[in-house]
Parts: sequence; structure tokens; C-alpha cells
Amino acid sequence: MANEVCFRTLHLDEPWTLESYLSVGGYQSLKKILTEKIPAEDIIEQVKTSALRGRGGAGFPTGLKWSFMPRQSEGQKYIVCNSDEGEPGTCKDRDILRYNPHQLIEGMAIAGYCIGADTGYNYIRGEFWEPYSRFDNALKEAREAGYLGDKLFGSDFNFDAHSHLGGGAYICGEETALLESIEGKKGQPRFKPPFPAGFGLYGKPTTINNTETLASIPVIVEKGGQWFLEHGKPNNGGTKLFSVSGNVNRPGNYEIDMGTPFSELLEMCGGMKDGYKLKAVIPGGSSSPVIPGDQMMDVTMDYDSIQAAGSMLGSGAVIILNDKVCMVNALARLSHFYQEESCGQCTPCREGTGWLSHIMHRIEHGHGKQEDIDLLDKVAGDIMGRTICALGEAASMPVKGFLKHYRDEFQYHIDHKKCMVGPGSK
Amino acid sequence: MSEINKDLINAASRVDIDQWVAKYPADQKQSAVMAALRIVQDQNGGWLTTELMDAVASYLDMDKIHVYEVATFYSMYEHKPVGKHKICVCTNISCMVCGSGEIVDHLEDKLDVKMGGTTEDNRFTLKEVECLGACSGAPMIQIGEHYYENLDAEKIDKILEELK
Ligand SMILES: Cc1cc2nc3c(=O)[nH]c(=O)nc-3n(C[C@H](O)[C@H](O)[C@H](O)COP(=O)(O)O)c2cc1C
Ligand code: SF4
Ligand code: FES
Repeated sequence: MANEVCFRTLHLDEPWTLESYLSVGGYQSLKKILTEKIPAEDIIEQVKTSALRGRGGAGFPTGLKWSFMPRQSEGQKYIVCNSDEGEPGTCKDRDILRYNPHQLIEGMAIAGYCIGADTGYNYIRGEFWEPYSRFDNALKEAREAGYLGDKLFGSDFNFDAHSHLGGGAYICGEETALLESIEGKKGQPRFKPPFPAGFGLYGKPTTINNTETLASIPVIVEKGGQWFLEHGKPNNGGTKLFSVSGNVNRPGNYEIDMGTPFSELLEMCGGMKDGYKLKAVIPGGSSSPVIPGDQMMDVTMDYDSIQAAGSMLGSGAVIILNDKVCMVNALARLSHFYQEESCGQCTPCREGTGWLSHIMHRIEHGHGKQEDIDLLDKVAGDIMGRTICALGEAASMPVKGFLKHYRDEFQYHIDHKKCMVGPGSK
Repeated sequence: MSEINKDLINAASRVDIDQWVAKYPADQKQSAVMAALRIVQDQNGGWLTTELMDAVASYLDMDKIHVYEVATFYSMYEHKPVGKHKICVCTNISCMVCGSGEIVDHLEDKLDVKMGGTTEDNRFTLKEVECLGACSGAPMIQIGEHYYENLDAEKIDKILEELK
């Protein structure tokens, strides 16, 4: 079965309206919690049972994250949704915003209840005008219908949410950069600790979750943590949205059970386009190390299996590369991206991403030197573990992955000053 | 002078900015700076001047330097005039392996301008951008508020035609 959680309205006409959402049982989880006065601890327990892990990329257990919040303490707290969606390959949160915005709102409200927050912000990347409009309309509808506001369902719980639009910066997807950005500053990550649960938005305790994470909550509350868990496997609970892009017949977002074999996902996507062969897969967004196609055919789509294959599930963005893709060209493009997006605070990241991009450029264009391959490896290694945020790792891991599996293509570029794979790539 | 500066923001823009200010705590007006910069940029035909940034600073009681910092950090703010239609072309990985190179070539050819440039009649600006989060619709471009996906040369021609 597919489309049972975040995409459960997708089969309807105008799936984004309040009417559509109500027709699939929308806002009933929030209502149940508030009218039956279910304690926050019990809901957090269900979320822990579900084994839901953060869908933004890091995969941190959501129930555990919520339990870090000082919910008993007095004072303002915030729930912040991360709809910055900038990791190349990833395009799922956009579709949640466009097709099921009310479920995200309900998820934010339930999260707010669990952590003791009465206000939420949804940080939507600035280019997402249509998704932002859908979400903002949904907020209006929810307010008018009494699903947002004071004393919800006759309880003592007040909750309202707002959207914040970004301005074009991948780094704002990093949770503390995102908070800085809402505060009206440059999006530069903060040193941690203190963690957002202690010192977050405007210095107040804050929980940040990804769009898909929060949108999964209403269904987990409705059907129970165990139901969600059983859609996946232990430690890898639930369904997951996979954004499939690249050289397949039917790219798109697929909501399927965690643990589904990659080969089945590829089949759902109509297989490889134009009869080309599967060369490689970047399984979890541009930051995750590439995996050769034949190895990928034995992997199942969950955190543990992809990790065992030497990569990461990340944001669930599955980029399919065929045998016409030049790996030198591919890594050069990614390295350029990380150089562009480094916020420049830490020297190893600012300088290192520049070096990676520069070296990749010269190898790609036939000016590479023999030492360059080792230099790439060293520069990537020197960034890792020496930076404020994980963008440093995000820039380095692809380098390690491409060199591990496709060193011969890099060598060929250096030796022959041209590409190993045929026309179609540079 | 701050009073004079503020007048650069027209009435409609002020209404719009005030709606954003209302979303944040009363003592956190500067949270609306990103929205305010976008709004005045739109008001000015797609780009920011120092005077406009100063006006935003004054309107939101911020130091000018903080507004400049924000305006130069984020890629959607423009500091030079742009054409009537800014065409943002994604060339990141998913778009690249689905033919964004041909989209770039075709646009450059057709509009007779290179990436980063503006056509002589000031109608179009071409801008190379990073992943826009629509990778399963690769190759794709953004013009104004709209995304155009699954493109080829023919579709580009039609889009340009409609923008006439
Ligand atoms: C450079 C960088 C970019 C990131 N981009 C995003 C993003 O676009 N969306 C997102 O949800 N998380 C992103 N993250 C992860 C967030 O920092 C954070 O872990 C996540 O939003 C937490 O929510 P989750 O636990 O529900 O996944 C990014 C992290 C880094 C280091
Ligand atoms: S690792 Fe890079 S992006 Fe992250 S804070 Fe440091 S310089 Fe900025
Ligand atoms: S790579 Fe082009 S939209 Fe993501």
C-alpha cells in the first residue's frame, strides 16, 4: 500500500482544501487529544513506539527529541517546521505543502501540545511561492474553522502558526541557521551547545522538525505507534516519502513502506529511461555517498540497509544515474554547490569547499594533475569534524563516495584530458 | 534622513510588510526584514537599491548594516537591475542529468544573452541557480512565482512566447 500517511489526501480532487482533509479524518487526532485530555507523555510514548526518525536528513528519533523539551517550565516555547528543502534531489516537502497542508498544521499543533508551545513557525524556502500560498491559505481556513486559535476544542490549549519565507540559501535548512534567519539575520549556524531545546528561537526553548516528520504525526496518533512501526521495521519505522529523480521513466515522490527493496522502487518508477543502464544511485540527497547500481539492487530503502551499503538515507532523495553520466562531471557540479552554499564562518569549510570545487573543475576540464586525486581526498578529510555545522560533512562525504567507487574515471580524466564515458557528458 | 527614506516604501508595500511584522512577537520586528526586502524589491521592478535597503532599516528600526548583511547573504535579492522576467535555471545534479545543459544552451541562443546577463530590451535576465526543490520535474526553471517543469526546447519556446 502506498500513500497512507503524508499523501493520504492525494487521490482527492483539490486535496489541499480543509474539506478534503476533513474527509479523511483530518483534525480528529488533535480533537481526540484535547477532548479526552490525553497527557503529552502518552503521545510522546506513541511517537517513540512508532520509531519515527527525523525526515530532514539526520534521522534523529522524534519522540526522544520532543522529550528533551522542558515542557513543564513556564514561559514561551516554540515549534518550528523546517520546509527549507534545499538538499539537491529532495522535493517531497513541497508536495506536502501543496497537497496536504492541513495535515502539517495538525502535526504542528500536536507537537506544540506535546512540548508546551502555543506558537509555531513554518520556514518555507523563498522560491516555494505556490506551496507557501497553499500553506498560508490552509492556515486561514484552519483559523476560521477553529482548529487554530485559543481554547481549541474547548480545552485550555491555545495554538497558532505562521509561515516565514526564506530568501534563497541552502544553509538555512540547518536548524540553527534557520532560527537565525527567522530572527531577521544572516543564516549562519550557531555553535551547539546550547541546543535549541534549551536556547532556540528568540532564546526560547524550541523544537525543530522537518515537514514530513510533523505531517506524519496525526496519522501516528490516529492509528497508533505500533501501526506506523509495522509499516517499516524496528528502528526504521513507518512509511517514507522518496523523491526519485534522474534517469528513470517516472520520476516523482513515492510514499512507500520503509524497507521496500530498491529494485521495487525502481520498478514503480518505470525503470531506466530510454533503455540506458543503471550506473549508480545517490540514495539520500546530494550529501549522501554514491552507491554503484548493482550494489544498490540488493539494498532495501531504510536507514540501516543504506548505511550498511556505505551511505545514508538522508532526506530520502534518490537520484538515479545512468551509464551516460560522467562521475567527474557529477561531483564537480556538487562541489560547486557546496562552495556556493558554505556560509563562510568556519575556515575549513569556507576554504575547503573552495578547494574541492577548484580541483574538481580542473580535473573535469582536462587540467588535472596526478596528485589531485589524493589532494581531493585529503581536503575532504580535513574538513570533516572541524566545522560548526554538518555542511562540512555534507560537502566531504560525496567526494569520499565518488572516489571510492569511481576512481578510475578520475584517473582517466587526468591521463587523457577527456571523459571516459561517451557523448552526452562533458 | 530616516523620514525621507521611509517614504520610498509605497502604501501597498507598507500594508504588506505590516502583515509580516504582525506574525512575530511585538519586540521582534526585525524578523520581517526578509519579507520587507522582497516586497520592496518587487515594488522596484526586481532589484534593491541602497536607498531602499535604508528605507527598510528605518521602517523596521534596524541598523542599516544588518539590513545590508541580510540583503547580500540570500540569493533571491538582486543588487543590479534585472529584466522584466528573471529566468532562474536550475543546473544542479538531477536537472543536469536530465538535460539542463540543453536548456541553458537553448535559452542563451534564443535570447542572445549569456547566463547572468540581461537582454538588450531589458525583458529577460538569465540566472543559474542551485536546486529549487522540484527535482522530479527536471529539468526545470523558475520565472517569477512559477515553476516550469519537465522542460525541453519546444516547451521553452512556448513559455517565452506566452511571456511576450
Ligand atoms: C547544511 C544542512 C542543510 C539542511 N537542510 C535541511 C532541510 O532543507 N530540511 C530539513 O528538514 N532539514 C535540513 N537539515 C537538517 C536540520 O538541521 C534538522 O536536523 C532537521 O530539520 C530536524 O528535523 P527532523 O528531526 O524532523 O529531521 C539540514 C542540515 C544541514 C547541516
Ligand atoms: S560548516 Fe560551513 S556552512 Fe556550516 S557553519 Fe561552518 S562555514 Fe558555515
Ligand atoms: S536539481 Fe534541479 S530542481 Fe533539484
